[in-house]
Amino acid sequence: MTAHLLRFFPALADRELTVPAGSVADVLRAVDEIAPGFCDYVLDERGALRRHVKLSVNDVLVIDRQTLSDQVADDATLYIFQALSGG
Amino acid sequence: MSDIILLGTRKGCVILDRSGSTWRPRRIAHAGVPVCYAARDPRDGTLWASLDHGHWGPKLSRSRDDGASWDDAPSIKYPQGARYIVKYLPTPDFDPAAPTARPEYRDATVFKIWNIAFGDATQPGRLYAGTIPGGLFVSDDGGETWQLNHPLWNHASRGGDLFDGDATSENHWQGTPASIDYGVFEPGIHSIVVDPRDPDHIHVAVSTAGVLETTDGGATWAGRNQGMLMDYSPEPEGEWGHDPHFVAGCPGQPDHLWQQNHCGVFYSDDGARSWRKVSMPEAGVQFGFPVAVDAQDGRTAWVVPARGDAERMAIDGGLSVARTTDGGQSWQALRSGLPQHDAYDIVLRHALDVAGDTLCFGSTTGNVYLSEDRGESWRCVGTNFPPVYSVRFG
Repeated sequence: MTAHLLRFFPALADRELTVPAGSVADVLRAVDEIAPGFCDYVLDERGALRRHVKLSVNDVLVIDRQTLSDQVADDATLYIFQALSGG
Repeated sequence: MSDIILLGTRKGCVILDRSGSTWRPRRIAHAGVPVCYAARDPRDGTLWASLDHGHWGPKLSRSRDDGASWDDAPSIKYPQGARYIVKYLPTPDFDPAAPTARPEYRDATVFKIWNIAFGDATQPGRLYAGTIPGGLFVSDDGGETWQLNHPLWNHASRGGDLFDGDATSENHWQGTPASIDYGVFEPGIHSIVVDPRDPDHIHVAVSTAGVLETTDGGATWAGRNQGMLMDYSPEPEGEWGHDPHFVAGCPGQPDHLWQQNHCGVFYSDDGARSWRKVSMPEAGVQFGFPVAVDAQDGRTAWVVPARGDAERMAIDGGLSVARTTDGGQSWQALRSGLPQHDAYDIVLRHALDVAGDTLCFGSTTGNVYLSEDRGESWRCVGTNFPPVYSVRFG
């Protein structure tokens, strides 16, 4: 995931997280269990992906940004990107 | 006498400590994260900062050890069912006589926590937060949990009950350009004034709608815009559509309220039941963002004049503060110690504060100035700060 998130969630640094397969929403909830508050950073209060964040399952961008229903298979990797700009 | 000043800046929160007659900045907190507002709770000393993360949503951060460490407070969230009627930036082909037949609704999410205010000593733990898109949130447990004030959210001026079924009337709350950073054009609450005599008596100011008042702790709200004038409207005296940039009250005389509005400076000495325009354009007192009021004398206020509307910077390159001591009948331009040429500063709505005889303001050019004689003379605290969004004595 983008290193910027590690600043706020040092518990996630320097490790590869393995969580049960499921929907993208399931995976993010599992990360939130490890690092409480994580979902509030990546998702808004409706559970939708924040505007400047992108997710991909392996090399396929997550399509459902509203409910995060895309599936993450057993051996797949979820990547978290952020747009960077400005000064 | 206040010993700290909190600066909310584009790159974090800077605390200035008084050391004798000088003010020294600490190392920046929340480095790199925009802080749109920061203030100290006078009841328990907790420091609060509203973080305006570009990516991660707005967060409140708090410090209970005077700024040595900061932690996220629980997120402010709109409850399920909270919706708003979407506003769009007016386009050249917009016909006000033929608005769209059906309003468009959107589920509310917090874009920005624009202002934080504190209850009084009889309500320990009471906090207020004003947001874009126009919500007033209340906490009674020191920020652990927050509740949206439904009566204001569902106010008739906003279209009626936005929770249940379709709203039944027209939405008179317009958007603020401050919301455009978030890809929307929605209103925001930037001013929350709690009456020191009665904590159930509160004024809020909404860009762009106007001022509303509750006298029953938020159970009911009423518009308080009589006497306001909108230069930009075909109905200048209309009830809604006003653009208060900031509203401040006098703690010692709470019926005295001041408003730096897009269309001038307005003053009320009857608790906002009526306003009167007290601008003096020939003296430069017209456009600006902040206003500060003396703690004891409700007739004394300070504004930072700017060239409006299209330029939005110091007038003719000279930075000044204007002060009135007679309820706006006359204004004095205070320039001693402030740059009088090649200054392009603009001071935003939360970036001027007063504590006793001491005033401080910061500009988006990163300059911070301080006066210890009620504005008669100024000295520079620093010129290399990030763009300053808020200045509050702690």
